Amino acid sequence: MNAMHAAIASTPAIRVSDLVKSYPGRPPVEAVRGLSLEVQRGECFGLLGPNGAGKTTTIEILEGLLMPTSGSVEILGLRWATAERQLREQIGVSLQETRLSERLTVGETIRLFRSFYAAGLEPMAALEMVGLAHKSAARVGSISGGERQRLAIATAIVGWPELLFLDEPTTGLDPQSRRQIWDLVERCRACGHTVLLTTHFMDEAERLCDRLAIVDAGRIIALGTPAELVASFGVTSLDDVFLKLAGRRLTESGRTDSGPAAPNAPAVSAGPDGFGERA
Amino acid sequence: MSQPRDLARPVPTPAASQQHFSAFWELVRCRFLEFFREPEMIFWVYGFPILMVLTLGVAYREQPVPKPRVLVADGPGAAADVAALSAAGSGVTPHLLPATAAMEQLRTGRADLVIDRAAATAASVRYHFDPSRPESVLARERTRDALERTAGRRDLLAVEDAPLLVPGGRYIDFLIPGLMSLSLMSGGLWGVGFVAVELRIRKLLKRFLATPMRRWQFLLSIMVSRMFLMIPEMLLMVCFSRWAFGVRIFGSLWAVAVLVPLGALCFAGIGLLVASRAKTLEAVNGVLNLIMLPMWVGCGVFFPRERYPESIQPLLRALPLTALVDALRAVMLEGVSLAACWPEVATLLTWGILTFALALRIFRWV
Repeated sequence: MNAMHAAIASTPAIRVSDLVKSYPGRPPVEAVRGLSLEVQRGECFGLLGPNGAGKTTTIEILEGLLMPTSGSVEILGLRWATAERQLREQIGVSLQETRLSERLTVGETIRLFRSFYAAGLEPMAALEMVGLAHKSAARVGSISGGERQRLAIATAIVGWPELLFLDEPTTGLDPQSRRQIWDLVERCRACGHTVLLTTHFMDEAERLCDRLAIVDAGRIIALGTPAELVASFGVTSLDDVFLKLAGRRLTESGRTDSGPAAPNAPAVSAGPDGFGERA
Repeated sequence: MSQPRDLARPVPTPAASQQHFSAFWELVRCRFLEFFREPEMIFWVYGFPILMVLTLGVAYREQPVPKPRVLVADGPGAAADVAALSAAGSGVTPHLLPATAAMEQLRTGRADLVIDRAAATAASVRYHFDPSRPESVLARERTRDALERTAGRRDLLAVEDAPLLVPGGRYIDFLIPGLMSLSLMSGGLWGVGFVAVELRIRKLLKRFLATPMRRWQFLLSIMVSRMFLMIPEMLLMVCFSRWAFGVRIFGSLWAVAVLVPLGALCFAGIGLLVASRAKTLEAVNGVLNLIMLPMWVGCGVFFPRERYPESIQPLLRALPLTALVDALRAVMLEGVSLAACWPEVATLLTWGILTFALALRIFRWV
């Protein structure tokens, strides 16, 4: 399995250093402020953080959809400026928000996405992998939110990518659908894909990720395996780590409202004292 | 509920497939499927143009010019004049009215002519008419003719009328190529412009950009799928106008079959360019109206553009709708060959290629 992938797995899947992204404005909005990161091949890596932390901006820069203001990005040992086509063939992407055409069927949609790649899976095999083979003839407009999300992931893996980007794959889904997505991400990992996902759910990061980075206000504020993070902060779960870190930042920065750093973390319902209802 | 069963079962790594799918034709196919699964769109593309042909065809079907309405101002000799104008063959319908009421009707356009005389026996008639209105001028000539004849004028030459009502020379014949061009324009501009902006709003363009899909293939696929959709519409218009109004194509069908897709592609290119930066449907709507309105009136769809001053003719000729209308009319009405239409074909090609190339450069994907 994936002998070719194993042979070239000498460079990291993702290497980012000093990434900065600011959007023009008054004052300029700094979405990412000096983020450095390395993701190994075969790893499932999570970017964890509240809304507005810069996760989506970061992942879209890695996906080559946004230009960084400064900093260097290397994906699979290649750079977007010089090897865009090659990279596009080797990565799979699921955006945070995409409304696939509702009037097409599941099968037609996956076939369309397959046609963009020089090599990949049979469209039906991709649907089997996400458990949607039996919905092949159903219109996208008629399937559930969880099924749509799995279809979105199917469009990301149909080119059988080396590296898979999933931006908040379970946001807005019911618990059963979330679990199905988790099974699916684990299956993708088992097939040898490197996975980078963003989430603001602790349980998700804990369950799926080999390593994770907690991102806040455009910077990484903690990095390690879920167990390491829990141990080094002397708490019992990732929820507590996050609340602790978020609370520290909130008390440090006070209430100065500086762009995307504005504290809005509904997932953890952290009050200004840093500890939400669970503390 | 759906099946957690499928996901729980371990699946072996799927076998890779080297099968080649043509991205371009898949994109075209998907646009087609989406289109035909939306019944509303089918009406606007195929039903509406037929309705337009029917409405305008009936409104302008060959019927005698309506008889002008002539008012005879009450006064000396008025009754005799009304009697003279009521006689068969006068070509006008006279009414007797008080002078002020008659003038009021003329002023407001409800009557075409008012006549009065100073005295019953006076040898002069006063004609109140609007020289800028054809019906008014016609009313004056016919009334004068009828009154002169009643007064004893004798015609010296025999008159032999030969009305021209053959297919090819009627207004409906003139109109059909214009309406076909108009449909190609609005279909190309709206169809492509709206689709592109809608895909952008849905973030589907961004999703496509994240794949190895080639951008030109995507843009061309929107244009080409629209072109294919327009061909049945044109066939429908040609067949319907033939069946309902006897409109014939005098030139070669092949020339029409080349001009129609060429026109469709040209306007699809313009639609793409208009949509290349727009972020909302309202924005693209406004720009499309701005582009289409001058062409509706200036390009000779409903009346010959030769009515405009000679000085702006070069400008009008450079517009894509003019090129299409002129070429289609020349082929359909005069039987001119495609080769003879080369300036129009060149204009359409230039517009199509330039707008596509520019759209490809400046198109906003995210």
